[in-house]
Amino acid sequence: MNDDTYIVPQDPWKNLTQFTPARIALGRAGNSLPTKASLEFLYAHAMARDAVNIPLDFAALEYRLDGLGYRSLMLETQAENHRLFLQRPDLGRLLSEPALACLQNIPQTHTDAVVVVSDGLSSMAIEHHAEPFLNLLLPELQAKGYALPPVCLVKHGRVAIGDAIAEHFGARLCIVLIGERPGLSSPDSMGIYFTYRARSGISTDADRNCISNIHQNGLGYGQALKKLLYLINESEKLQLSGINLKDETTDTALDSQRKQTNFLLD
Amino acid sequence: MYKSHVSHLTHDFKTLRNLMAKASPPRSGDYLAGLGAANSLERVAAQWALADVPLKQFLNEALVPYEQDEVTRLIIDGHDSVAFQPISHLTVGDFRNWLLSGQATTATLTAIAPGLTPEMVAAVSKIMRLQDLILVAKKCRVITRFRGTIGLEGRLSTRLQPNHPTDSPAGVAASLVDGLLYGCGDAVIGINPASDNLEATLRLLHMLRGIIERYQIPTQSCVLSHVTTTLKAIEQDAPVDLVFQSIAGTQKANDSFGIDLNLLQEAQDAVLGRERGTLGNNRMYFETGQGSALSANAHEGLDQQTCEARAYAVARKYEPLLVNTVVGFIGPEYLYDGKQIIRAGLEDHFCGKLLGLPMGCDVCYTNHAEADQDDMDMLLTQIAVAGCTFIMGVPGADDVMLNYQSTSFHDALYLRQILGLKPAPEFEQWLQKHQIFDDKNQLKQQAHIPELFKPTLQKIMGEADE
Repeated sequence: MNDDTYIVPQDPWKNLTQFTPARIALGRAGNSLPTKASLEFLYAHAMARDAVNIPLDFAALEYRLDGLGYRSLMLETQAENHRLFLQRPDLGRLLSEPALACLQNIPQTHTDAVVVVSDGLSSMAIEHHAEPFLNLLLPELQAKGYALPPVCLVKHGRVAIGDAIAEHFGARLCIVLIGERPGLSSPDSMGIYFTYRARSGISTDADRNCISNIHQNGLGYGQALKKLLYLINESEKLQLSGINLKDETTDTALDSQRKQTNFLLD
Repeated sequence: MYKSHVSHLTHDFKTLRNLMAKASPPRSGDYLAGLGAANSLERVAAQWALADVPLKQFLNEALVPYEQDEVTRLIIDGHDSVAFQPISHLTVGDFRNWLLSGQATTATLTAIAPGLTPEMVAAVSKIMRLQDLILVAKKCRVITRFRGTIGLEGRLSTRLQPNHPTDSPAGVAASLVDGLLYGCGDAVIGINPASDNLEATLRLLHMLRGIIERYQIPTQSCVLSHVTTTLKAIEQDAPVDLVFQSIAGTQKANDSFGIDLNLLQEAQDAVLGRERGTLGNNRMYFETGQGSALSANAHEGLDQQTCEARAYAVARKYEPLLVNTVVGFIGPEYLYDGKQIIRAGLEDHFCGKLLGLPMGCDVCYTNHAEADQDDMDMLLTQIAVAGCTFIMGVPGADDVMLNYQSTSFHDALYLRQILGLKPAPEFEQWLQKHQIFDDKNQLKQQAHIPELFKPTLQKIMGEADE
């Protein structure tokens, strides 16, 4: 669908779109949004809604990880359905009875780190990014000699669900990959939350470090991995995570954008 | 003990706080907190009991103890009993009737505002329908001034919100031009910085000052950093027009935001010490939203709408230019769907206006809420009919930094067209002078670049053509 330029005059500042992903210079039908822009918005919203609402195929993810040689466990939280998950974040931080029983059945051995993967607010993010990222991350963790239990795949989880799992295994490091709240332009954004000595019900956001915005037009897997490994190394030295652990890795792309000049004042 | 007899049953409510929560129209946050009514009958029983509570009772029974909460102390110590006198004999139910009656004129509503507490206002809103909330809010008039006059009758202002994921100056400028050429930005040009640090804040402040001065725009700028960051910027003589801060209705919630009343006072004093205005000295910009106290686990057993109204007591102490309820930003665990968001937006606007605040509304939602553009059109239209002071203007309603959907420049034009609402007079004059709006405050028929922006924009276009 393309708008007839006779009815919908083009905004003459169209080429400012080179500077921002924002929806500028959309034109207007009368004073209103033209059909094309309106449909594009509906499309983006539909993608974001589906990212939230379509359930993640956990079995397929388990199968794919298995194919790469990584064992995993399927767990779920006390948010037993999607509606409850959205309305009760507290339940998404607690493991269900069957999940607890499943963990009890795993023989307890020394564990350094747990890797938890949860759908969170975007199943699409995990669908797209969990497997390729784990395929980079897990060899790095193994190369460090870390003892790892199977990757825990958690349905209807919030970030803090990792705390209970880390605590169960007596793990020092807790790494949670989770689907972030989808934006219109990034329905499949994945976040990584890292917590040192996570404790269920006690660790808060202030105790975590977050690497956010991992998707095709956001942070790449390599950059995300670099940041995470930096945080792991520093946290092992300082024996903490969260607000007192600063990510000092530089982001050259961001820096160069910030230094751009502003054409309105040139 | 508060009682009511509904449907042959006696309902008891132990405290006023409990009664307020049970009388609240349903919303997910109150259930998350374990405070909402168990069923529809219990809710209506609470509403009956609440209607019989004398307004005076709110001065005797603090919902959060006076000793432990400075917001309660602010409310009680700041109460104006003379202003309260004309309505001091009323119950909550009578107060609703009074508000709807011809006795409640713009002048009387303005006069009683200092005599109202947030709890009284929250209570009456709980027994009002949407049309009641609209009708009464429409009678309120709150006018504030900095470089423009905001809140005059028949006017609707807009905050231009040119956010960019990395604060790129050219990216911000691109959205800013788009907004100005669509007639937005008289309430404030306000940027949410991607990173809340002094360096980024200073860079954006200087940039906005440069643009406002070069193009002689009768508006004010704001970088929505934490108040402590803005205070440091003021110390460095940065061009701070407005001090921004998110605020909440309990001391504990404000504590979780890293603020208290003294800090806000310090900020207001600091910014008032730097004269930058031409018309007035309303220098604060506050944002609020139902559920923020609960999300910090600092709601003190209060329902989220009463908590929100208490935030307005904090706001009014500092004579803000703008107060914005960011109603649907917080997510479905507090306001589940379009219906809950719409009601909350109208409640907040009503409560704020009745308490004498220049209330705007970020008509918005997130992608995990059960809401869509149709719901936003409902709230947008209704809140404009109610006389909302300002709304947001975000390119295409899609905030690419904060990842939520707000209202667009087109949305503001829609309201101007159907309701005949004009921007602030100073800004209106600027828009017309530069041939952006015609004399009926509509965009010029043909899209064009005004002379004012031609030199800069043509240079960019030239570069793009090469």
